[in-house]
Amino acid sequence: MTPILELDAISRRFEKKLDSVERLARRLGADLRETCVNAVDAASFHIQRGEVVGLVGESGCGKSTLGRMVAGLLPVSDGVIRYEGTDITDAKTAAAREKRLSIQMIFQDPMSSLNPRMKVAEIIGEAAVYHGLTTRREVAGYVDELLRKVGLDPAFAQRYPHQMSGGQRQRIGIARALAVQPEFLICDESIAALDVSIQAQVINLFQDLRRDLDLTYLFISHDLGVVEHIADRVVVMYLGRIVEIASTAALFDVPRHPYTQALLDQVPRLGAGRQEFRTVKGEIPSPLNPPTGCHFHPRCPMAGPRCGREVPRTLTTDGHSTACHLHDGGVA
Amino acid sequence: MSILDVRDLQTHFFTDAGVVKAVDGVSFSLSAGEVLGLVGESGSGKSVTGFSILRLVDAPGRVVGGQINFKGQDLAKLSDREMRALRGNRIAMIFQDPMMTLNPVLRIETQMVEAVRAHDRVSQKAACDRAIGTLAKVGIPSPAERLTAYPHQFSGGMRQRVAIAIALLNGPDLIVADEPTTALDVTIQSQILAEVQQLARETGTALIWITHDLAVVAGLADKISVMYAGRIVESGPTDAVLTAPGHPYTQGLLGSIPGHGRRGERLTQIPGMAPNMALLPDGCAFAPRCTRVSDTCRSRAPEITAIDPARSLRCFHPSVTMTSIT
Ligand SMILES: Nc1ncnc2c1ncn2[C@@H]1O[C@H](COP(=O)(O)OP(=O)(O)OP(=O)(O)O)[C@@H](O)[C@H]1O
Ligand SMILES: Nc1ncnc2c1ncn2[C@@H]1O[C@H](COP(=O)(O)OP(=O)(O)OP(=O)(O)O)[C@@H](O)[C@H]1O
Ligand code: SF4
Ligand code: SF4
Ligand SMILES: [Mg+2]
Ligand SMILES: [Mg+2]
Repeated sequence: MTPILELDAISRRFEKKLDSVERLARRLGADLRETCVNAVDAASFHIQRGEVVGLVGESGCGKSTLGRMVAGLLPVSDGVIRYEGTDITDAKTAAAREKRLSIQMIFQDPMSSLNPRMKVAEIIGEAAVYHGLTTRREVAGYVDELLRKVGLDPAFAQRYPHQMSGGQRQRIGIARALAVQPEFLICDESIAALDVSIQAQVINLFQDLRRDLDLTYLFISHDLGVVEHIADRVVVMYLGRIVEIASTAALFDVPRHPYTQALLDQVPRLGAGRQEFRTVKGEIPSPLNPPTGCHFHPRCPMAGPRCGREVPRTLTTDGHSTACHLHDGGVA
Repeated sequence: MSILDVRDLQTHFFTDAGVVKAVDGVSFSLSAGEVLGLVGESGSGKSVTGFSILRLVDAPGRVVGGQINFKGQDLAKLSDREMRALRGNRIAMIFQDPMMTLNPVLRIETQMVEAVRAHDRVSQKAACDRAIGTLAKVGIPSPAERLTAYPHQFSGGMRQRVAIAIALLNGPDLIVADEPTTALDVTIQSQILAEVQQLARETGTALIWITHDLAVVAGLADKISVMYAGRIVESGPTDAVLTAPGHPYTQGLLGSIPGHGRRGERLTQIPGMAPNMALLPDGCAFAPRCTRVSDTCRSRAPEITAIDPARSLRCFHPSVTMTSIT
């Protein structure tokens, strides 16, 4: 079966801009320059129709960049993206553009992605009318139905974003994405900013929509508990590279990559009782100046001489992929 | 012997939309080396509780009632000067954003030496040595060299550790930590939790750890207080509260956390949403969202009641048996 989405060695490079603290420091005379980052470095994986794939990793490892390339919001530097077998990397053809519409992205901060001067009815209905999925005359009913689908009273159509709670705004963001009848949703930390009780509502909503609308998800999060809960498979990234891909059960029960193992070790868990918190040695290295060979080697407890020299290949057995020399002839 | 004893603390904000009773009768106490996890949803009054202890509440807010006893002193009775002498010295606060503590235009060294010498008449050299020792304690590699850096030369996690080092500099008796790891990655969070855990154990510093993440306090805190709408609704030893929660709100919070062993299952939802703090209902503030609500709950507000010497609940129909204190 052709996967709904295939990523074939996609990469993205950025000129690194300075953050506000750094800009201030530069004005005060610090020697700070802009440099190049390999935010995503030859990432390959596929997603089957109806699957929920989780994408995890530490801050700055390239999760959002990957998601935005898939959504067509950011051009790729290298590589190919296929949707149902069609190359959509550049979306030049009408066929590619139509496929693109099937992919929608939901963002972390609903407030900044919703136009504050538009009423909910316009926010949700606008794109649907533009793409001919409903008409001007029927759009009100179309919006009502979407609001019901995401568990909101249709009366919300007449409100502005600032008149709603965080969880309600997140639902508006979801309704807007659903309005163009997507098949594939990319959720980028969509629930990270919400309180646990509201998080639970949105997670349940994602599960219901998946069942009712036969949706496929790429679910980006740094919250491993949430990913474990909703994903079928999980992709782990470290400094721009994919280091492990496995079914959720395999990844959480028998992680193979030392980085995944370290990451899972750190998750605070309910019911574990008083916990001895442990630390992964070392810092997250700068993506501007990544370590040679395996990016994880300065922090890896298993590292050997080969790890600093040679970039590990990705090997797959039993549907479980790992990029680590330990699983490819040893680290010596 | 308790270090901190908060009794019936009330902090209100006098806004145009009405009086927001952000903290409305909060009580707890802490002994040396003890860790209290203060949990609750956004807006429940956790930060305002922390700010009130340090007397950092600004207009339109005001502490309008209650006592805060710190090592036998009533903090409300101290002059501003006496309070400043205590702050950053015997009591320290760590904020969610380390830049609330750090000055972007000063070297770490300058900031740390100043923080030491504001409270201690020691030489520049001695202050510097203490700064280096404290940075090492929070896991900053080669602290002597890092001391000359500016905040922007550190990663987010390192900045937070520097802010924590500043809080530790004068060996405080109490640290109020307001979600200091919420914005950080699990790996860095774990590093910081390991450090504060060791600190409480070794130096007897008492900690109030404010968070909305029950999983964090599960591993860290000795006891938990759960806040809802400005009040503590349940408190007790961590294990007891997490394994046998008595308040419907605590139960809802626990049920809504995704995690191990419940893959793909439906999460429990607390119906409705966080209350508007300027328009709280009569009776129990949780009543509009509660599955066990009765007429009594709507007409009267429940009082916090001890169910054993260490545990208390604010609910007419809790799910653990109320036994009289013997
Ligand atoms: N527009 C941009 N310009 C320059 N650099 C960028 C840009 N977007 C991302 N980067 C850099 O690319 C890397 C990957 O960033 P990305 O936002 O994809 O990470 P992430 O995994 O989503 O992190 P987080 O968990 O913090 O959201 C980072 O080093 C980041 O600084
Ligand atoms: N300056 C202010 N003016 C008016 N109301 C305020 C002010 N500061 C806080 N409040 C109100 O006090 C209540 C408690 O706020 P607080 O910041 O303590 O919540 P919190 O539990 O720390 O939430 P969070 O998890 O979002 O940090 C909220 O309802 C808030 O709106
Ligand atoms: S390749 Fe080497 S350094 Fe990288 S994860 Fe495997 S053992 Fe560790
Ligand atoms: S007092 Fe009543 S409404 Fe309030 S939490 Fe208890 S049962 Fe629910
Ligand atoms: Mg991101
Ligand atoms: Mg707060």
